[in-house]
Amino acid sequence: MTANAAPLLRLDHVGKRFGGLQAVHNLSFDINEGEILGLIGPNGAGKSTLFNLINGVFPPNDGRIFFSGIDITGQPPYQVARHGLARTHQIVQPLTNMTVLANCTVGACFGRENLPLHRARQIALEAVKIAGLDDRREMLALQLTIAGKKRLELARALAARPKLLLLDEVLAGLNPTEVEHMIGVIRRIRDSGVTILMIEHLMQAIMSLSDRVVVLNFGEKLAEGRPAEVATHPQVIEAYLGDPKLAAELEGHA
Amino acid sequence: MVRRPFFWIIALVIAVFAALPAIGNNVEMRESLVLACVYITLASNLNLMLGYAGYINFGSIVFFGLGGYICVWLVYAHNWPLLPSLLAAGFGVSALALIFGLGILRLRGHFFALATIGIVEGVQAFAENFSPWGGSSGIYISPAVFKPFGGAAEALWVIYFAMVAVMGASLYLSYGIKSSKFGLGLLAIGQNEDAAAILGVPTPFYKALVYCISAFLPAITGGLYFFKSAFIQPSDAFDLTLSTEAIVICMLGGQGTVTGVALGAFLYEELRGYLLTSPTFADFQLTIAGVLLLIIVLFFPSGLMGFIYSRFPRTQKVLE
Repeated sequence: MTANAAPLLRLDHVGKRFGGLQAVHNLSFDINEGEILGLIGPNGAGKSTLFNLINGVFPPNDGRIFFSGIDITGQPPYQVARHGLARTHQIVQPLTNMTVLANCTVGACFGRENLPLHRARQIALEAVKIAGLDDRREMLALQLTIAGKKRLELARALAARPKLLLLDEVLAGLNPTEVEHMIGVIRRIRDSGVTILMIEHLMQAIMSLSDRVVVLNFGEKLAEGRPAEVATHPQVIEAYLGDPKLAAELEGHA
Repeated sequence: MVRRPFFWIIALVIAVFAALPAIGNNVEMRESLVLACVYITLASNLNLMLGYAGYINFGSIVFFGLGGYICVWLVYAHNWPLLPSLLAAGFGVSALALIFGLGILRLRGHFFALATIGIVEGVQAFAENFSPWGGSSGIYISPAVFKPFGGAAEALWVIYFAMVAVMGASLYLSYGIKSSKFGLGLLAIGQNEDAAAILGVPTPFYKALVYCISAFLPAITGGLYFFKSAFIQPSDAFDLTLSTEAIVICMLGGQGTVTGVALGAFLYEELRGYLLTSPTFADFQLTIAGVLLLIIVLFFPSGLMGFIYSRFPRTQKVLE
């Protein structure tokens, strides 16, 4: 990848208001192909809103969003999905009365490759395996544990064979062993050529996984850079981390 | 599909429906099965909306009634033969459903259900005031229209076989959609519409399409039914009761299943026939349907098929 290659995703002065609340304000950044970009910020900083803007749940009030050179601003989610952009949800959204495999088949069928049913089922089987749900593939999604449902979110998004994967707190609510496993899975996904944008509150995880980190506060970009740079950024420490002990901990891991 | 046992089960059902009354020329049984065909057709097509896409449609009767009106009117006022009249009814009503659908399918849940009731009322009011359709007194057609079939008795048999064919087509349609990519998308919409859209299911298009498809066969069966009666009037054609009954049937049989809905329709029709002819219950037919719905919703939310599937898990592989 050359330094001047076009970014996979470009946010150009994106803004979103909900009534009087400016949830995202004048936000610009790029995601390059093949990287893991971490998105951090305090609760209410606009991270999930940003995900919703990118995958078309609602359109931005200002600015444009480009995905592999195409202007996707204001496109509905199902069109954005076709371009090769998949996401997971912070609050899991399983298709409850369908099996794990059927959930993933939906992802594969209607994702980037728009596959026929039988081909989609094979892709879904692979995705189920990668996410570690192989033994539970015939279970109904509602019977899964919360960790299982998080994996299902990931498997379903993967089955779409996306170019860009948006991960919204896939590690939240998992125990340390599960976190460990999930981090391994995320690395393998990146190594298979998928670009990742992830929101995460688990600092150790995001600092060790991300190539670059963007920090949001009150809907604006506070800092951007390599994890080590961001963690020592005085404004970030002041506005976001606050606690000097946590800052020290981050430096230790970065 | 042809290799799956379920394909042949449907074929068997069609053959039994066609053969049973024909053996021994049993007209009484035929008339009972006519109603069973209507109920199975209406419920199976409603199931595409209700069971697959998860949208409660109180307006399924509009497809039936409008189909009836278009067909009877073409035969009566324009002397069209039956077959083109039926096709015109089917395509005309489907096209109308597509237009309605693009409008009201922006609504969800209760709001959609309410809008569909509005459509029933609106279309009924239109029919009552539309003079070419005879207003509130409706249209009578002369028995002379049965002549091309060789007389009224023969015509009734032809219509019966046509209704069995439409019922069979409804079952194959339900089955075909369920085992297709389109069906998978609809089921996803039924489970969680927002998640489905994010996974790439083109939700507005799929919903409008299924609404349109679910109008076609009920319209044709409506055409056959009212041609058979040689009479149509607004209060019969747009009777909200039949819409509600179709919903009860889907719930009773197990919404989203092909077998359950067909079985539910058949059982409901038999029960209704018994209640209507029994002197004790004749006036309580709808009360009993209501109680039935309550019991199903409270204790058997997945209906008859849910019960059968959980008792005999193997049936899940055979009965869709």
